[in-house]
Amino acid sequence: MLTIENLIKKFQQPGGGELTVLDVPKFEIASAEQVALIGESGGGKTTLLHLIAGMLSATSGSIRVDNIELTRLSEQGRDRFRAATIGYVFQTFNLLPAFSAVENVKLGMTFGSGRVDSERALDLLDRVGLAERANYRPNQLSVGQQQRVAIARALAGRPKLLLADEPTANVDPASADSVLDLIIDSCRSESIALLMVTHSMDVADRFERIERLEDINRIPALKQS
Amino acid sequence: MNLLFIAWRNFRYRALSSFLTTLSLMLGVGLVVMVMAIYGIISEAFVRNAAVGYNLVVGPRGSALQLTLNSVYYLSQPIENLPYTEYMEFFPAEERAKMVREFGGDPKLGERDGVYAGFVGDGYAIPLALGDYFGEFRVVGTIPDFFEKLRHGPEVDQPFTFREGRALETYNEENQYFECVLGSRVAAQSGMKVGDVMNPTHGDPEGKGHGQGFTVVGILAPTGTPNDRAVFVNLEGFYLLEGHAKPIEDDAVITLPERDPDDTRPPLLMIPEREVTSILVRNGNIMHAPGMQNRINESGRAQAAAPIGEINKLMSVIVGPLLSALLVITLITCVVAAFGVLVAIYNSMNDRRRDIAVMRALGARRGSVTWVILFESLIIAIIGGAAGWLLAHVAIYSAGTFIEQQTGVQVGLFSVSQFEWLLLPFVLVLSLMAGIVPAMAAYRTDVGSNLSA
Repeated sequence: MLTIENLIKKFQQPGGGELTVLDVPKFEIASAEQVALIGESGGGKTTLLHLIAGMLSATSGSIRVDNIELTRLSEQGRDRFRAATIGYVFQTFNLLPAFSAVENVKLGMTFGSGRVDSERALDLLDRVGLAERANYRPNQLSVGQQQRVAIARALAGRPKLLLADEPTANVDPASADSVLDLIIDSCRSESIALLMVTHSMDVADRFERIERLEDINRIPALKQS
Repeated sequence: MNLLFIAWRNFRYRALSSFLTTLSLMLGVGLVVMVMAIYGIISEAFVRNAAVGYNLVVGPRGSALQLTLNSVYYLSQPIENLPYTEYMEFFPAEERAKMVREFGGDPKLGERDGVYAGFVGDGYAIPLALGDYFGEFRVVGTIPDFFEKLRHGPEVDQPFTFREGRALETYNEENQYFECVLGSRVAAQSGMKVGDVMNPTHGDPEGKGHGQGFTVVGILAPTGTPNDRAVFVNLEGFYLLEGHAKPIEDDAVITLPERDPDDTRPPLLMIPEREVTSILVRNGNIMHAPGMQNRINESGRAQAAAPIGEINKLMSVIVGPLLSALLVITLITCVVAAFGVLVAIYNSMNDRRRDIAVMRALGARRGSVTWVILFESLIIAIIGGAAGWLLAHVAIYSAGTFIEQQTGVQVGLFSVSQFEWLLLPFVLVLSLMAGIVPAMAAYRTDVGSNLSA
């Protein structure tokens, strides 16, 4: 499903020179596999997710998702790929405040095929327990509810790979479990591969496979050069 | 869910900012539409007021525009006066002889046709004598034909009608030569009614009275022409007012008028004592007008002006540029309002960079987020433009009665002026241009850095 080989990502520094944040010789995820990626803050976890989602371009190396080589795609191609293949759950939810819950879910479909399936949007909200709040704005929902809407939105485009960036970091412990259950169960039921970044071992223990970033990235956290 | 819907939601989400931006554009567009409408109303009023049935105004030599202004619009000062004999040149020998018999004068005048009589044919020549005032309103000495033969209205086919009373008569037992008719505005403003006596003043609104009043016998229905603000008096009565008789020259040849010994009417002025300020002429065959105009202008004694031509010149030389300048200023307010759209959207870009990055993360292309911003600008333009257009038309329509009273121009709720249809595309293009800067900012929004922030 996902194959990364010799991936290097460097950023230009304001004062000149380059900062290498990722050097991943090999990393793979099989179809419908669920992987937790743990690591310290500043280790490049989010950067790795952005690269896999095509939101950043790699400096060198190869990223193949569902047999599509991302590093050869143009920016437009990566936009299309992301809309069709990737679901993304952010740590800070990132719901659009101008739109209701159901509209946020529909946005997840809009930029993919362009075809909006209202029935599926409502069904997804039902699955995350928010059917009766479909027309609520994000500021009318609790933090946990907002993250549920974000999960529904990530699933809306029927992705093949769901990337979740510390989705429980900003929700209370009581909600964290249910958010985690929701992501894991939803991906399982729809055969979606899942890569969840977390720094919590409690969260990582729920996964059948746990990877440490320092094991796959040659650049140590906070000592990147 | 399409990009337009996303833009609409953004527009609604920033309700106060959107409302204020739209309001400023609405006021700008409303102002432009109103100026355009006023431009149209003034143009139409000027042209329609110049089209009152006659095709030429004949007066003393001088400024043709001044002649038109004082004889058609009752504005400005009369240039000079013409001798009555100039007026007689528009009549055949038979009528000229009748005038000599009735008023007294050189008998030779009645022995030939008037120089321009052949040009007039079945048309008419109506004399005007100006110089007196009733308050701020002009007193116009004329003959009953003025009310019978002149026409007004959009098609120049409506005869004068009287809201009260009747047209003045040359003579009757009751009022003798001293009858007058009030224009509708004069009556409304002065409060005078039929049966009252109007006392004109000589020379200017503050001038001294003549000591002779005219009985009001009629009040005209509104015509939307300058006639609404004029007082029409019987020409013969006008002549009989103190100081209105021209001194007779020593070498003048005069035959006294033929009068029945039992005739108790006061004697009228003789032809050498009479003057007219101008003559309104309608050629029976309009093809004769240019020839007659040339003949009069070449005579060296008088000039003939086509009122519509003079008014068009006035419009193109003075009024037109003034209104154009006003239009340009209001268009600039539209540009300023569009600049406000730019500033409002651009200022909101800081707040929405994250939203744009999220849309990009969900698969939106750079072009899509660019169009969302441009659509938002278009929404402001469409709502602001349409509301401004409607506001201006409602305002103009609300003032419709007043406008009609003042100018005679009827304005419907959706009466569109000449170039008004260009305004909405202009505003749309302007707003699109205003949207380009923030749209480019949206285009350049970096996904990674804005999501990590």
